[in-house]
Amino acid sequence: MSFGWEENQMWSYIFRRMLWAIPTILAVVTLCYVMLHLTPGGPFDSERQVSPAVLANLQAKYHLDQPLWKQYAYYLKDLLHGDLGASFRYADWSVNALVAQALPVSLSIGGTSMIIALVVGVGLGIAAALRQNSMVDYVVMFLGNIGNTVPSFVLGPILILIFAIWLKHPDGNGYLPAGGWDGSVRYMVLPIALLTIINVATIGRIMRAGLVETMTSNFIRTARAKGLPLRTIVFRHALKPALIPVASVLGPLAISSITAAVVTETVFALPGLGKLIVNGASNRDYTLVLGLVVLITVMAVLFNLLVDLIYAVLDPRIRY
Amino acid sequence: MFFRRKQLAVAGAISDLPLASVQGRSPWADARRRFSRNKAAVISTVLMVLITLACIFGPMLLPNAFDDTDWAAISMPPTWAGTHWFGTDELGRDILVRTLIGGRISLLVGLLGTLASVAIGIAWGAIAGFLGGKTDSVMMRIVDMMYAVPYLVIAILMMTLFGREFYLVIITIAVFSWLDTARVVRGQTLTLKSREFVEAAHAIGVPTSRIIFSHIVPNLLGIVAIYTTVTVPGVILTESVLSFLGLGVQEPMTSWGALIGDSVGKMDATPWMLLFPSLFLCLTMSCVNYIGDGLRDAFDPKDR
Amino acid sequence: MSLLEVKNLGVRFSTPDGVISAVNGVNFELERGKTIGIVGESGSGKSQTVLALMGLLAKNGQTTGEALFEGKNLLAMTPKQLNGIRGDRISMIFQDPMTSLNPYLTVERQMTEVLELHKGMSRKAARTRAIELLEAVKIPEAARRVNMYPHEFSGGMRQRVMIAMALLCEPEILVADEPTTALDVTVQAQIISLLKDLQRDFGTAIIMITHDLGVVAGVCDKVMVMYGGRTMEYGTADDIFYRPTHPYTIGLLNALPRLDHEGTELVSIPGNPPNMAHMPAGCPFSERCSLADARCATEMPPLVAAADQPQVLRACHKAGAEVIALKHKEPAHV
Repeated sequence: MSFGWEENQMWSYIFRRMLWAIPTILAVVTLCYVMLHLTPGGPFDSERQVSPAVLANLQAKYHLDQPLWKQYAYYLKDLLHGDLGASFRYADWSVNALVAQALPVSLSIGGTSMIIALVVGVGLGIAAALRQNSMVDYVVMFLGNIGNTVPSFVLGPILILIFAIWLKHPDGNGYLPAGGWDGSVRYMVLPIALLTIINVATIGRIMRAGLVETMTSNFIRTARAKGLPLRTIVFRHALKPALIPVASVLGPLAISSITAAVVTETVFALPGLGKLIVNGASNRDYTLVLGLVVLITVMAVLFNLLVDLIYAVLDPRIRY
Repeated sequence: MFFRRKQLAVAGAISDLPLASVQGRSPWADARRRFSRNKAAVISTVLMVLITLACIFGPMLLPNAFDDTDWAAISMPPTWAGTHWFGTDELGRDILVRTLIGGRISLLVGLLGTLASVAIGIAWGAIAGFLGGKTDSVMMRIVDMMYAVPYLVIAILMMTLFGREFYLVIITIAVFSWLDTARVVRGQTLTLKSREFVEAAHAIGVPTSRIIFSHIVPNLLGIVAIYTTVTVPGVILTESVLSFLGLGVQEPMTSWGALIGDSVGKMDATPWMLLFPSLFLCLTMSCVNYIGDGLRDAFDPKDR
Repeated sequence: MSLLEVKNLGVRFSTPDGVISAVNGVNFELERGKTIGIVGESGSGKSQTVLALMGLLAKNGQTTGEALFEGKNLLAMTPKQLNGIRGDRISMIFQDPMTSLNPYLTVERQMTEVLELHKGMSRKAARTRAIELLEAVKIPEAARRVNMYPHEFSGGMRQRVMIAMALLCEPEILVADEPTTALDVTVQAQIISLLKDLQRDFGTAIIMITHDLGVVAGVCDKVMVMYGGRTMEYGTADDIFYRPTHPYTIGLLNALPRLDHEGTELVSIPGNPPNMAHMPAGCPFSERCSLADARCATEMPPLVAAADQPQVLRACHKAGAEVIALKHKEPAHV
């Protein structure tokens, strides 16, 4: 147990968490890199079949004439400089250029839906916990069941079937970017709705369970014995502890949201990172997929780091 | 006390499992009685058995083969007349048979992937928990690290690199789905380790590996039963996502995920191609979830 | 008029296995500045009795009877009316100081909110008052420690914080639910003597819930012994402690470790507290009572004044003199 909550302890905690993020990223990068090297027909196989232009790119990027450990060192050095490599299929494109186009699409849709899901999920969870067996409670439980049983790749097509096919938009264009993605809000409604529904289900269910459990704890009984009104009890005494389980699923939720995002972008034909990686996989664009894996892993690990920090803010008992 | 923070609610409930009953009814009989009182779990078990039987025997009994083209019935909607009760796809293939055949793959991957994942999880968790100390903290650190890794994109990379063989799909899935099991098994092992019969075995010089596999592992069976059911939906889902994206099982073989992926883009003309496999998949998901809940409640002493 | 008058209090819980009666027909009175002890094993209904008064029963709990605080029935109040009294005029401290304080809020926040709510004080004034109270319960460096979180205090210190928090508004009644059970023995004695001092300084009446008759003897004016949700014996602390006539009270007293009888074995009451879901038809203690006969098992003895000690109420079919005579012949079980 610590004595006193001191700033520098907090910073040393942050620093140590960051130290753990580095080996995670490094392990993933190394494993993927080694797997790529072991792949027959891959970029590092002498029997690769690629155009001369691509070969020249690969030569320049991956230093194929050097010994393996040097190739790896060059690769790491490039990554540190933010260079994700070259495409194995398209001579004119670097992975960075492809990412620069796709990332904003993914971030705007993923970020928007995450924020909406958090706000709506926490709100619904509180309402459901305070009014057990009411309408709100059933809605949350129903959503929770949907989240458990109807995966994104089923819900997405069903949304399309209902809103884009059966209830066609009056101007006939629909909610799908049939004529190409132009970033307009209309095309973002259904994907954001899909991602939001999936995450609201989880967040709402966990918030409800967390608050219900917190409300039965001894310190809430103390708060009631002090004569505090319910509003104060919930928002001052119960909210923080009830949010901790929510914070604890944010990490896993982000990871599963990546899956949902890949599916969403495929279903709704959005030119984001998910679509890019699926296309890369279909084309066997090994170096593109590797670069994207590295990028997405770094983002996921950083997000988990952020969640750990949220934890530290929420719970004063955290051991630094 | 400061507990592992990311432990899911499930794990928290499970770690209080009665390891062995001191008196009265055996915990297994007790659990069976409570499980059979849970209506949703019992109905789900029956449904699950029916779905499984239909997937195994249905294709043998039905007149159409899963890859036969019926030229007289291209993109035919579901109908009671004739043999295409679930309709056909744009190649004239029977959706009912394809759904059942797809179910075989999905359920088989679910079963094999879960077995592989639970085996890894038990071994990892039991070894970490039993050896303790540095080994334990390194092994659990690796688990922590793997939680932060976006498994789908790595699975995509693996499928890209190694091809899309059936067994590779299972391996790819198993590699990322054993983490929960390992954590819970480790927790249970830590509790078991301090119990008398293990200490006694230690005292009379039983080798460590024997203690782990003949004293610790058998005592983990209750928890393993639960975690097997809890792992199944995730495994089925991962296979479905991969197949949905066209990176899992390949034509002419199919799975529920592949069938659903196949239907996207054709929903204007043939929405039934989406609806039937989705129905089977979601039904299976909710059955397995209810069975898992039922088992958990049956073994969880808190709600007695 | 007594400060608090509890009349025919009953507490029932509806559970999936049926309705469980946790407290039955409990009566007692509390005068200003006095202390009543409610004694019994776990499951005797002593905690549920006071939780019912405070409106803190679990959601499936229901009360019957009356609890008149200055003539007004606590059990019939709206939550708002009750909130006006709780924490202000009646306050409570709990068994487990480890979990009864909110781990996510500083001690300062948890104390000042009471004064802000009931006394309309500013946060600053409330803070000064909170530090005064922490000093009153002998917490060293109160001005610094008020800003800490509960986990930074030891168990005994946390219970002191709880007591300080309960006394902030100088309540007429302090309900103490096993305030020392979770603490070390040496700390227990400190907390008890602290409570006695504070009672003298603040003039607070105390309801002391405990399973430890030793605590009762030194502190309480009156004592009620409960078993299986019913009152077994009710009288002054001296009567109960030095002249017990109920078999259950005698059993409890024999179970106390005594320093003055060196060498005697500790005697425990055989058997377990009753299962609340399956209470015997007669006296709840009959299953464990060595004096019980067929009548005890089938017929509940009424709580009436003892023949030879009219100030003591007891619920037993056997006369007090008879119990004492039989108890003395009985070989001590080990």
